[in-house]
Amino acid sequence: MNFKGKDIISIKDFSKKEIDYILEYAKKMIPYAKGEKYIDALKGKILSSLFFEPSTRTRLSFESAMNRLGGRFIGFADPSATSQKKGESLSDTIRMADAYSDIIVIRHPQEGAARLAAEFAEAPVLNAGDGAGHHPTQCLLDLFTILTEKKHIGKNNIVLLGDLKYGRTVHSLAYALALYGAELTFVSPASLKMPKEVVEECNELGIEPIQTSILDKAVKDADVLYVTRIQKERFPDAEEYNKVVGSYKIDNKLLSTTKQKLIIMHPLPRVTEIDPEVDYTNHALYFKQAFNGIPVRMALLSLVSGGLL
Amino acid sequence: MKKELKIPRIKNGTVIDHITSGNAIKVLHILGIPKTSTFVVSVAMNVKSRMGKKDIVKVENREIDPREVDKIALIAPKATINIIRNYEVVEKYLVKLPDEIVGIVSCSNPTCVSNSREPVKSRFKVICKDPLRIICYYCEREPEDISERII
Repeated sequence: MNFKGKDIISIKDFSKKEIDYILEYAKKMIPYAKGEKYIDALKGKILSSLFFEPSTRTRLSFESAMNRLGGRFIGFADPSATSQKKGESLSDTIRMADAYSDIIVIRHPQEGAARLAAEFAEAPVLNAGDGAGHHPTQCLLDLFTILTEKKHIGKNNIVLLGDLKYGRTVHSLAYALALYGAELTFVSPASLKMPKEVVEECNELGIEPIQTSILDKAVKDADVLYVTRIQKERFPDAEEYNKVVGSYKIDNKLLSTTKQKLIIMHPLPRVTEIDPEVDYTNHALYFKQAFNGIPVRMALLSLVSGGLL
Repeated sequence: MKKELKIPRIKNGTVIDHITSGNAIKVLHILGIPKTSTFVVSVAMNVKSRMGKKDIVKVENREIDPREVDKIALIAPKATINIIRNYEVVEKYLVKLPDEIVGIVSCSNPTCVSNSREPVKSRFKVICKDPLRIICYYCEREPEDISERII
């Protein structure tokens, strides 16, 4: 399977076979991601890390992944220090990054920004989040986490909880999980329901997700509980945000009613939706999930560069 | 009884018939008429027909390439293109929607990159022709009312 030069814009650009290949490749990266083994597959290569929006995990894990592969990175985490401040267009910034590097990673507040970047760059473009649009590398690391913990992705009862309307990770993830045939339940406040297009996509893949606002019942038989933050920054006004923030809270009391092997995932950052007491239980997988960003992103950087282990 | 014509027959040119009632002006807009045209154009709106009401556009002395007007299928999917020579219909086509719509419809998502000042034209993929459904190539959002989004 050849990924050399391929842009990673949306999980929908990949077949199940391709996703399987990436996840298997990522497994091989684990000892390198942990620093137990050393590799210089991308020696001499430069990654442009263009973050027009704040990020902790995605940016650091991409940059760490590039370093772990023996490559280097250039870029910015704050666009106010770039020519964007002077009014430069995204397409011109991308042309520059294309001239200065071999791979481009971009996070941008506008939907479709990564797709546009891919049009202007010859180097492969990896989408690290475009507004409320896609975040394919997060989706892949989520799938990777389920796969490594549960040994398979389908045949799981998976609950997606929280802001299902604005949360970009859950849109891509719902599609990908449906592709694998997982049983899906969407739990959210009525005003933050999963968009109908996403539900329709699941239907087209033969999955009929259950949609509810009641968590207790939904979580009882779940194998995976995927929690998301209510994202203040995506709300058009503060009043709407205040109405729904704090709708759900995961704590040990709730977990006493669930399967023992239930795993809790969260793309992070979390605010109040998961009580810190949960961190000390076997259910908490979110920190390991965040680590999984490294082997998955190493796999992607290596694959799009045509590098091999 | 002799059938009365709302607008006179044309000797040579193109008649776009069976336009969804009320959409003739938008059809002219999509075709760039009259902005870029010096041809005589007649428009009839809400004309009675067997299928209810329809609009008709007649462009004199210009034979419009059927592929050029395919894009009007966005708002007039049942329209027909009749090429007229010496008062006779010499060719007749049904509009056929292209697979991609470029630079005609703007994205309904205000934070789509295609609505910013980047040097790109709006671009939509046709995902279903009947009923018509299109999605933005950039943000993958589907406009609810396509006719409202015509640039």
